Amino acid sequence: MNESGVAVRLKELHKAFGSLHALDGLDLAIEPGELVALLGPSGCGKTTALRVLAGLEDADAGQVLVGGRDVTSLPANRRDMGMVFQAYSLFPHLTALDNVEFGLKLRGRRRMPGRAAEMLELVGLGAFADRYPHQLSGGQQQRVALARALAIRPQVLLLDEPLSALDAKVRVQLRDEIKRIQTEVGTTTLFVTHDQEEALAMADRVGVMRAGRLEQLASPADVYQKPATAFVADFVGLSNRLPGRVDGDGVVVLGTRLPLVSPAGRGPDVAALVRPESVEVLPDADGPHRVLTVSFLGPTSRVTVSVADRLVVAQVASGRLAELAAGTPVRIELRPVPVVLDTD
Amino acid sequence: MAGLTARRARRQRAFRWTVLLVLGVFFLLPLVAMLEFTTRDGGGTWRLLVDWPRLSATYPDLSAGIVASLGQAALTALLMLVLLVPTAIWVRLRLPWLRRFVEFICLLPLTIPAIVLVVGLAPVYAWVTYFLGGSSLTLTFAYTILVLPYAYRAIDAGLSAIDVRTLAEAARSLGAGWATVMWRVVLPNIRSAVLSAAFLTVALVLGEFTIASLLNRTNVQVAINFLGKSSATMSVAVSLAALFLAFVLLLLLSLIGGGRRGGSEAAPLSTAKESP
Ligand SMILES: Nc1ncnc2c1ncn2[C@@H]1O[C@H](COP(=O)(O)OP(=O)(O)OP(=O)(O)O)[C@@H](O)[C@H]1O
Ligand SMILES: [Mg+2]
Repeated sequence: MNESGVAVRLKELHKAFGSLHALDGLDLAIEPGELVALLGPSGCGKTTALRVLAGLEDADAGQVLVGGRDVTSLPANRRDMGMVFQAYSLFPHLTALDNVEFGLKLRGRRRMPGRAAEMLELVGLGAFADRYPHQLSGGQQQRVALARALAIRPQVLLLDEPLSALDAKVRVQLRDEIKRIQTEVGTTTLFVTHDQEEALAMADRVGVMRAGRLEQLASPADVYQKPATAFVADFVGLSNRLPGRVDGDGVVVLGTRLPLVSPAGRGPDVAALVRPESVEVLPDADGPHRVLTVSFLGPTSRVTVSVADRLVVAQVASGRLAELAAGTPVRIELRPVPVVLDTD
Repeated sequence: MAGLTARRARRQRAFRWTVLLVLGVFFLLPLVAMLEFTTRDGGGTWRLLVDWPRLSATYPDLSAGIVASLGQAALTALLMLVLLVPTAIWVRLRLPWLRRFVEFICLLPLTIPAIVLVVGLAPVYAWVTYFLGGSSLTLTFAYTILVLPYAYRAIDAGLSAIDVRTLAEAARSLGAGWATVMWRVVLPNIRSAVLSAAFLTVALVLGEFTIASLLNRTNVQVAINFLGKSSATMSVAVSLAALFLAFVLLLLLSLIGGGRRGGSEAAPLSTAKESP
């Protein structure tokens, strides 16, 4: 089953809708068999990038290379890409099995008996082969769509927020399943989402987009811990913007010296982006700050502390909430993990 | 509380039946009168009507009109579908900015009285006669324009009910060319809309009189009108039969629409049918 994937390369893609530049020199290289998640705020051009790669939209300039071959001018039906859409896209007049078989029949491959059934089995819907789309739940429909896209053994699998119409629980379940199937099949995959948790959980590498460009392409851990720009630090995870003073190769924030992810471009007065989990809140009767609000989030909780004239958000284990009720005097310590400076 | 709603429900039911009764009398009374009129001779008229060889021998103009009408209806439905279905799909898929314009063009015939249409069509039909002869089947062209508003509405409604764009894109990414997208993906999903358009076309063409008469062509209505002067009984019987045929067509049409809905209701899970 495991097929070696192909490399995908988007080169300097430009795409404008009127005066709006949806893609503004997008460059992206995906390794064979890799799952890359494109993450970014709404309207940053993720879907457009995916559609250009699929051939459903023509780029104004730039190149699309699949396995080293230039497919820029190839129409969508000859690009050999499987796609799962955000909207339910099963053919309403066909059963689940016929939907999965659709692409196989078109390819004129002598109806590989069992291939479609096997794909339905893979997504756990073997028993639903004879159901019509309107007889399936949203999550089941998206699974069939995934089976349909994979049945044709595409060179590249494209997923455009396939989970966004589903409820939280099904979403997490299906997300793990997609990851499992992708690993099993080994198809090079581009996954578009605006849910950072989804991107960090599934992807081999995460590409963070902003205004039609790629800001950073790195492993989930690196995107989170060593964001290349302030935008990435701000968009992926929550960050506190705290005033600091550059000191050699570090920055002093709230009296603590923190290392920098990348050398400071200017100084000495800067804004540092500090993760809530790097902020330690300690009850202290003589502490200079006060707890303002507490929100319970499950195993961890979020505590806001007023520090001078600003708010600092900290993440604490929920077990400690008893000692951190609103109004408690506290002091704050920062863990010495590398931080990013906001240059904007 | 429950008594109140029950009383209101009862009053509503009474109101509904009254309306139905009044409308029924209004529509059915003339039909019953027609039936009564045509059966005064002990059913001889109806026996003649269903006996095709005898009918065409007795009233050759009438049988010619009936044949012409059936031919016109079939050809018009065909031409309408060939023109309209691919256009409507293509406009949805590739030329969405043209939709307003196409809709306007298709609804235009509705605003033009038949008599005005004829004035405009007369010189055109001089050419049609020149090239294709004076056959009554050439009325097909005029009728295609005439049925455009109704047929377009029906097909457009069918297309609105499905997410044509996404379905087409899904099919394309699976390797389908545009022809396959139209035939195997979009068309099967608007089948009932296409049937509606065809039935409406047939019903409209069977009832058309003005254009045929003014362009000196024949069809069943023209023949009925002509016959009315010599054999009132037969002309009324044919009118009634034509009306009945149109009624059956419209009934079939509503059955097709209703059958589909019933089908999805019977399904155990009918959630998430519509795309967001
Ligand atoms: N067909 C179109 N016509 C005009 N503008 C478009 C079209 N498609 C996309 N755009 C614009 O291009 C920009 C990028 O759109 P795109 O759909 O790629 O965003 P996205 O990153 O996928 O956003 P989201 O997370 O909301 O799906 C948006 O500002 C959008 O309004
Ligand atoms: Mg999008």
